[in-house]
Amino acid sequence: MATELYTANNAVTVRLEGELDHHAAGPLRDRIDEAIMKARPDVLTLDFGNVSFMDSSAVGLVMGRFKLLSAMKGKLEVVGLSPTAYRMMELSGLKTLAKLEMKPRGN
Amino acid sequence: MPKAMLINEMKLELESRSINESFARATVAAFCSQLDPSLEELSDIKTAVSEAVTNAIVHGYAEKTGKVYITARIYADGMFEVAVKDKGCGIPDIAKAREPLFTTGGADRAGLGFAVMESFTDKLNVRSAVGKGTTVTMRKKITGKSGG
Ligand SMILES: Nc1ncnc2c1ncn2[C@@H]1O[C@H](COP(=O)(O)OP(=O)(O)O)[C@@H](O)[C@H]1O
Ligand SMILES: [Mg+2]
Repeated sequence: MATELYTANNAVTVRLEGELDHHAAGPLRDRIDEAIMKARPDVLTLDFGNVSFMDSSAVGLVMGRFKLLSAMKGKLEVVGLSPTAYRMMELSGLKTLAKLEMKPRGN
Repeated sequence: MPKAMLINEMKLELESRSINESFARATVAAFCSQLDPSLEELSDIKTAVSEAVTNAIVHGYAEKTGKVYITARIYADGMFEVAVKDKGCGIPDIAKAREPLFTTGGADRAGLGFAVMESFTDKLNVRSAVGKGTTVTMRKKITGKSGG
């Protein structure tokens, strides 16, 4: 995962990349949480647009960041989801807690 | 319904290290390619295998390392079967474990592994004995490029 992470205007954006499974999720979680603790952002955006594979470990990663973020009153946005990824996120109930957005068709 | 004739089989034995999760799903998907699956079918197989192998590693062998045994079979009618077995701690209540959002794994597990395996394959069977281990068997009919 060559994931990019940047902070600007009270927002942290994470461009996830490659295969997001349980093996990749651990180190990624540490990097994202470090950025959250440092910036205490109003909004965290997780961009799945360049994720080529994910399983429910990615949903766990998102749910965990949601909990951390909401404890400091931040909002979560999850964007660039494939239809399958969107369906998996929906199963977790995240739809009522965070903004979920699919990537434009044909991508 | 009687099973169609078995036409091919492969077995894979892995250490329960998380780095092997991607190897396991890619290998099973490569074997499944013999049935000429659609991209979506292949992605469903990869995801379901990833869930089962991750469970063996994360839950089955939570406190230790052990072997994960994977068997994949191709049947004459296009049925693909994959079994993932561990000799780990076992599951005390399978029905409970299969409920969506149920997890014993802490904050970063979604509790959706079994739900994903169920929805991405046609049939999911779980056999488990506490202290002995768990075998998860999944079946999916591959209809191929035309179908998907
Ligand atoms: N191979 C296994 N060995 C022991 N327990 C398991 C195994 N697979 C699943 N489980 C149990 O079933 C629960 C649900 O699994 P799952 O739906 O994949 O969610 P998660 O992995 O996110 O916890 C796990 O938390 C665990 O208690
Ligand atoms: Mg799981």
